[in-house]
Formats: sequence, structure tokens, C-alpha cells
Amino acid sequence: MQGTAGKDVIVTVLVAAVLIWALPLMVGTYTLTVLAIYAMLGLSLGLIWGFGGILCFGQAAFFGLGAYTYAIAAINTGESTLPMILAVIVPCVFAALLGAMMFYGRLGDVYLGVITLVVTLILFKFISSTAGPQYTIGTARLGGYNGIPGFPTLNVPGRPDLFIWGDALYYLCAVALLLVYLGVTWFLRSSFGRIAVGIRENETRMSLIGYDVRARKTVLFAIGAAIAGLAGALFANWGAIVTPGLFSLSQSAEIIIWCIVGGLGTRFGPLLGAAGLGYLKFLLGQQSMINNTMLMGLILVLFVLFLPRGVVPAAISVWRASIGRPRRAGRAGALRRNRRRGRTDG
Amino acid sequence: MDLTVVIGIEILYAVASLALISVGLAVVFGMMKVINLAHGEFMMMGGYATIVSVNLGINVFVAMLIIAPVVVGLIGLVVERLVIRHLYGRLVDTMLATWGLSLFFIGLATIIFGNTTTGISTPIPGVAIGNYQINGYNLFIVVVSVLLMIALYLVLGRTRLGLIARGTMQRPDMASSLGYSPERIYMATFFCGSALSGLAGAILAPLVGLVPTSGGAYIAKAFITVIAGGPSLIAGLVSSASVFGVIDQIFTFALSPVIGEVALLIAAVVLLRLLPQGITARFFRGRM
Amino acid sequence: MTFNRRQFLAAGTAMAGTGLMPRIGRAAEPIKLGSILDTSGIFDAYGKPMDRAMRLAVADLNDGGGLLDRPIEIRAYDTQSDMALYAQYAQQLTRQDQVDVVHGGILSASREAIRQTMRRSNTLYFYNVMYEGGVCDRNIFINGVTPAQQVEVLIPHAMKQSGKKVYVLAADYNYGQIMARWINKFVRDNGGEVVATDFFPLDVADFGSTIAKIQSAAPDLVVAPLVGGAHLSFFRQWAASGMKDRIPLASTTLGVGNEHKVLTAEEGDGIMVAYNYSQEIESPENDGFKAKWEAAGGNAGEINEFAISTYAGVMTWAEAVRQAGTAAHDPVVEALESGLSVDGPSGKITVDPQTHHAIADVRLMEIRDQKMQVLETLPQRQPMDTQAVCDLGANPGDNTQYEIDI
Repeated sequence: MQGTAGKDVIVTVLVAAVLIWALPLMVGTYTLTVLAIYAMLGLSLGLIWGFGGILCFGQAAFFGLGAYTYAIAAINTGESTLPMILAVIVPCVFAALLGAMMFYGRLGDVYLGVITLVVTLILFKFISSTAGPQYTIGTARLGGYNGIPGFPTLNVPGRPDLFIWGDALYYLCAVALLLVYLGVTWFLRSSFGRIAVGIRENETRMSLIGYDVRARKTVLFAIGAAIAGLAGALFANWGAIVTPGLFSLSQSAEIIIWCIVGGLGTRFGPLLGAAGLGYLKFLLGQQSMINNTMLMGLILVLFVLFLPRGVVPAAISVWRASIGRPRRAGRAGALRRNRRRGRTDG
Repeated sequence: MDLTVVIGIEILYAVASLALISVGLAVVFGMMKVINLAHGEFMMMGGYATIVSVNLGINVFVAMLIIAPVVVGLIGLVVERLVIRHLYGRLVDTMLATWGLSLFFIGLATIIFGNTTTGISTPIPGVAIGNYQINGYNLFIVVVSVLLMIALYLVLGRTRLGLIARGTMQRPDMASSLGYSPERIYMATFFCGSALSGLAGAILAPLVGLVPTSGGAYIAKAFITVIAGGPSLIAGLVSSASVFGVIDQIFTFALSPVIGEVALLIAAVVLLRLLPQGITARFFRGRM
Repeated sequence: MTFNRRQFLAAGTAMAGTGLMPRIGRAAEPIKLGSILDTSGIFDAYGKPMDRAMRLAVADLNDGGGLLDRPIEIRAYDTQSDMALYAQYAQQLTRQDQVDVVHGGILSASREAIRQTMRRSNTLYFYNVMYEGGVCDRNIFINGVTPAQQVEVLIPHAMKQSGKKVYVLAADYNYGQIMARWINKFVRDNGGEVVATDFFPLDVADFGSTIAKIQSAAPDLVVAPLVGGAHLSFFRQWAASGMKDRIPLASTTLGVGNEHKVLTAEEGDGIMVAYNYSQEIESPENDGFKAKWEAAGGNAGEINEFAISTYAGVMTWAEAVRQAGTAAHDPVVEALESGLSVDGPSGKITVDPQTHHAIADVRLMEIRDQKMQVLETLPQRQPMDTQAVCDLGANPGDNTQYEIDI
């Protein structure tokens, strides 16, 4: 077990290193940076939804919270190290509180969806209505609909004059994505991760065995929010402006679409879905033939109907069928059962 | 004194419009356990159907009360046949698929009508209450909403059709063995739900400027109202619309429309936190 | 030298002969003009006419032999009403395409999303939209009118028609907030009083309780800088409740997206507005422009303030390139700062060297029969709000958007 884990890490790092080096030869690093950030955001929902069974309609809330926290803190401190840390902590704490409220109230799936959606809406409405001069945190104006521009972007820790931007920001984001990916891998291999999957499969059984399901779900939810917050802070650095659009329902919808298209219950699926669809959106902006919104909607409908497991699990099962390497059977099988469950006892 | 009456009417209107925008979603969810996230876009299409008809010279009431529901109902029928029927029983999957449909319809409406605001004017003149003038159309919405609730109650509770429909929703296997096709009843229910969404959109159309993304403004509110309403379709709808409508209008009057909406949303979270089991117990015996 | 009427008409007639005169030297390297606008998504009602106006201006210039005997090449990107894409395409324009000038941006948020990128990469930037004012940056030229320009004309007129008690309903974002403050100032300056100011987020569509509130305050005049499709409902509901004939209405935004054509005549008639442009302006330039617009496949009914600003923006830049004799950044900025002006469909537009904003004609108008009828033209109004805080001559390194204290 230890041996395969070690080998997996080495393979992942090697593949990632090749990709990080090779991709800029084909696509501009500026675009790649945001794709890496989207991938991280996709991974955050992929973790809590695909492995914890928590369908969150408001992952954008944590993303936006991370971005706004960074922007506000950066304006107040004039540098970026502390704001980066805060941008992870604030969404994490917020999610822990929200999660505790929901999971200790034993809310079911749909109600979870409603509450996360409503909280996102509240944040969106609140942030959108802060245009007046009375909404100020420290020296930072919240800016309402126009957002906050012109905050200090990422600098080398301890050197506020040495900015990390352009290609350097790309490498930073790519490495951060790799680290988060490895962290998620490690987490899922730990006993906590295995129990989380167990809860997804059968909550009642896990709680009868003696695990505190509510606490574990809350922790998982908070970890997902922390990753989304980090992605938000990086996004703020990339775009150099934060706007309430980060909190919008369409942003939340996009994250869910990424996960569905990429494939739930895998780590790589949401990541690939996010980067792939993000790039597609970028390409679509350079033409005016096809309506982008319509196409995204169509993709989602078709995937739910014909490939509800997503690209990556489907590819894995095709691979397994043709080559015959049943190593991941357990995970893919569990996923299929999970997605069918609604049909049997819903 | 006049002001109190005016505020009273505004509250009544808020409750009625909340019930109106939720009724289509409530029928589809209450009867079929399908959450139609394209509900807002169905309303938007109802609005466009009305505006196009009126521009073609058709009487505005005919357009609102007949043409729009039929058009949107037919669109709903196509959607049911092509998408929804493959997903019965998979609650989360239907939510995702209808979310996709909502994006699709926004795109489609944008291609057809463009993103410019369109609209028609209200067909009913203003009404004077003491020194105050109020929008007479608000009273029309209240009347329509009340009639709709009564009609729904009568159809579901007092007719054979309603009985069959309710029976099928509870035990499709039994209904099937009694000779009723659940497939066709689901189809008919979805048609009715869509038609009601279209009707709501049509009736609100003269009050607002319509754009393809208009639906987004309604879906969250309708969703919350329906979910918080709970198991009983009509009573649930009326009770939750009343709670939210009153809270919304009081805060709107006292402070501002933003605070009103935020108060509504916070009330929804609190309500769901306090009454999750009571509301859910009947629909979702399992986890989903 | 200014871009005069004769040249304008010449450009117009040249339009008709598109493609017949390939007289541009093929070897000459094109000048690259970048454009970044929302031509899809929720803001495309603004973006599409702007895009057409930009293409029309470039076609005019190319038909006239290009600039400095070099053709102009367009690099246009559609930001799909998504702020994240603004940042992305701005990088694309400045790094990969390396354009000579960028025209575009619609919302203030979109302008702020790309302004620093343009400044850092030393790419000249034109923002051709009416906005809240206060941007002070030597790299940007702004071609739309600012609140003070509109309000100083609109408020005294509206108050003369009605009375001294004013109720303000504004869109709740920067523009609305700043506009509300200017309205307040001019109401006070004219001896009146603002009885209440309400702000509405852009998605509020139900104004029933607001209308009741207004009635209990009983003002003489309502000023409504409301924005977008949802806010249009206010004008509907106001008319539907029969208030339109009781309290007069003025707006600083209604009609910019041609909203007065969506409202019926009964709903819109009598609303007072003030802008730089109206389709009803009677001048050969405007008639010529409308004819060209139609010839290019558009519908003259969709021309709006932003489209005219965009057209004038491209023409202003072209004139500066001609005067500078090069498309390079610094000489063009210096030429623009010489107080250069162009004549367009909305009259003369002059670059204010101190603020890089526009000195433009402001027209007092009234909506009648779904048209904005011009009552009076006030020539060459200064952007006095921005002038109060920004002096690029004295302080060329300035790079802020000021909030003007009133």
C-alpha cells in the first residue's frame, strides 16, 4: 500500500511537471493561470460532492469570499502574505459555521441545496448593494456592483516591492494546484477520507458503527471551502479586480457543470472539466457564431442524459474494458451506485 | 389611514405574486418530485409569448390567460418527452438537467429576441385610495392568484382527474394496475405545471421589462417558497408565500427593497433550520 | 485642424464605394486597433451598437486611405458580459496582438478591470461610455459625459417645470451613488430640497411600495437615474398607478439603451432627460451617420449615445494619429492633449487636456412619442466634476479614480 502510494505521487509529480512545462508552448500563460485556478475550484467541489456526497449549490460563495477577503486585507496591509492566509481561513471558518448549522440540523440533500443557494444569494445581494461610502472595511471600500479594483497583488513574502505576476504567477498557480491535488489524494487515502466515502455511501450505517457523521461532514465541507477560498485569492491576483459576479448563481452553476462533465468521484475529473470548459469559454469569446450560454446548457443536459458519470470515469471504464486493469474498479463502482441510489429509494 | 390601506394592499400583492410565481414549480415538485430549475425560463417564455401576441394585435387578456399558458405548456411537453422522463426518481439529476435547460432557453431567447428589454404596458388603469394612487394591476394579480388557488384545490381535491393524478403520484404501480398509465399522467402533470409557469410569466409581463435572463429573478424565490411550503401543495404554498411576502414587504417599507429581500432569504434559512423534519418527512423517507 | 463637416461627408460617400478602390499600399503594415466589448450576454444591448459603430468608423477611415497610408486592422474580442474575460482579453490584446490602441469597456467595473493592464503595457486606451466621472490617468481618454455635465443642465430645467421638492431614486452602484450626490448638489444650488433618496440594486423590479412611499412624501419632482431592464419596471408601474400626470419625472439614464422605445408613448411622454446625443438631432452629420449605419446593415433605430461616443472616440484617435504622424503612444497622447476636437453626429467633441475627458454638447430633451425631442442644445459643457479633482498637466503620474466630495 505504502509502495503504490509513493509511486502514485512520483508519477503525478512527473506528469504535472511535464504539463506545466509543455502547456505554455501551446496556450498563453495568462489563460493557463486562470484555467489552473478554475481547476482548483472544480477540485474543491469535486472533493465535497464526489467524495462526501454534499451537493453544494454555493461553492461560488466560498470562492468569492476568498477573493474579497484577499482584496480587502491586501488594501489594508499593503502586502500579500497575510491576506493569502486570511483568504483561506475566512471561507473555511464561514463554511464550518454554516456546515455545522446544516449538518447538526440533519438537513437532507435538497434542503442543503436550498440553504447553500440562499446563502450565496444573500452574499451576492449584500455585496452588490455596498456601493455607498458607508461600506468600508479598514481603508477598503467594498464598491458594490463595481467591485474592488487596484489592490496590491501577490508579492514575495516579506518583500512588498517584489511582485509575482505574469509567467511567475502561472507557475505559482500550477504548483499550488499540484500541491492541493496531492493534498486531496493524501486526504482521501487517510482514514478520515475513507470514512467520508463511507458516509456518502451509507450515512446511517456509518453513524451506527459509531462515527460522528455530523462533525465529519462539517470538517469536509470546511476543507472544500478552504480550497475554494485559495482559488478565489489566486483569482483576485490574476484578474486584479474582484466583483460581486464571483458570488453569482451562474458562477455556482459553472462549477457544478465542470464536476458533472469531468466526472464525480474522481479527483482528476472536476479538474479536467474545469480547465476544459474554461478554455472552451475563452475560445467561444473569439467568435460570434454560437451562443455561449446555449451551448453550455446543452452540454449539461446531454451529459446528464447520456454520460451522467462524466468523461473521466467513462474513460477509465473504457480503458479497463479494453486493457483489463481493474485497479480502480472499487471507486468507479461506488460512484455508479451512488448516482443510482436516488432511483432506488427516492 | 390611507397609507395603512395602501400598505395592506401592497402586502397582499406581494403574497399573491409570490404564490403566483411558485405555483408552477409547486405542482411539478409536489406531484412528481421533480425540481424544475428551468421554471424561471418557462415564466420568461410566457412573458415573451404574451408580448409577441400583443404585438401581433391579439387582445392582451387572451394573450396572457390563454396563449401564453398553452405555448409554454407545449414547450414543457417537449421538454418532458425529451429530457425529464428519462430522469424520474433521480432528483439531483433532474435539477442539473433542468439547470442546463434554463441556460439553453436563455441562449435561445437571446438569439431570437436579443438582449434588449421589451415589454407591454399594463392594461388596467390606476386606482385611487384616498390621497393615494395605486397600480390597479396589482389588484388584478391578487384576484388571479386567489382564483388560481381555488381552481387548483377544486381540481385536485374534488374531481376524478385530480384523484387519479394524486393516486398515481403516491403509488404508480397501483394506478397502473387499475388501468391508468403513469407515463401519461406524469406527462399531463408536467404540461399543467409548465402552463402555470407560463401563465405566471405572462401575468407579470406588463409590470416588468422583459429580457431573456429575467427568469433568474424568480427561480430562487419560487424554489424557496415551494421547499419551505412543505408537503401539502396548496396549503404549503399559501402559508409560505404569506410568511415570506409579509416579511419582505414590511422590511421593504421600513427600510429598503434590498433589506426586504435579504430578510426574506434569512427567514427562509431560519425556517428550514427550525422545521426541516416536519417539511421533509413526507416526501423523502430516505435521504434523498 | 479639425475633422470637419466636408471630410465627414466625404467619408460617408466613400462608404458607398467599399471595396472598389484598393489603393492602400499593400506593403504598408497595418495599424492595429483593439476592441473589447460585451457583444453577447446581458450587456449586449449596449455592446452591439458600440461594436458596429467601431467597425463603421474603421471602415470609414480605411475607405479614406487608412491612416498615414497604413490600413487599420481590427482585433475585436467579445467579453460575453463576464468581467473575468475582460482581464483575459486585455492581456491577449496587449501581449500577443500588441495593438496600438484599445477602444472598449462598458461597465465601470470592466474599465477598471483593464485600465491598469493598459497602463502597465503602455497601450493607449479609449473608454467611450457615459460614466460616473473621476478617473484620472494619463493613459486613458474618456469620451462620454459625466454626471455634472448632465445634471447641471437637467436639474434647473426640471425644477423650473415642477417645483422645489425633489425625490431621488437611483441605481445602487457607483454611478447611481455619485449621480445622486450631484443631483443633491444641483437641487440645493437651485434653492430646492431633496426630500428622500432611495437606492435600488439592479435586479429590483417591483416598485409598488416605493410608489406609495413617494406619494406619502409628496414631492414636486422625481429624478430617477435607474439602470437596466429590471428598473424599467419603475416607469411602467409609475404610469400604471396613474402618477405620471401628477408628479413630473426626470432621468439621467432612461433612453441611453433606447429604453424610451420600449415604453409606450403614454408611459414615456413628458419624461425629461439630458444627453449628448439623440436620434432626433437635425444635422447633416446625424442624417449622414444614420444613412451609413443603415448601409452597413444596421437599423438606425438602434443607434444610441454609446455608439456615437465610440464612433467619435475612434475618429478622435485617428485625428491624433494624423497630427502626430505616427501611431506610437507618446506622440499620439501629446497630439490629443493639444485640445484637439472632432465633429460628429452629436456635434463637436473636444479633448480636455487637463482631465482627458470630453468637452461636449449637452442637449436638454423630453420624451415624446417614443422619441427624445431636443428642447435646447447647450454647447461645449466642461467635465467640471472631474476637473475639480484631476489635473494631468500638473500631475501626469496620477493613476486614481477620485470620489468627488460635494
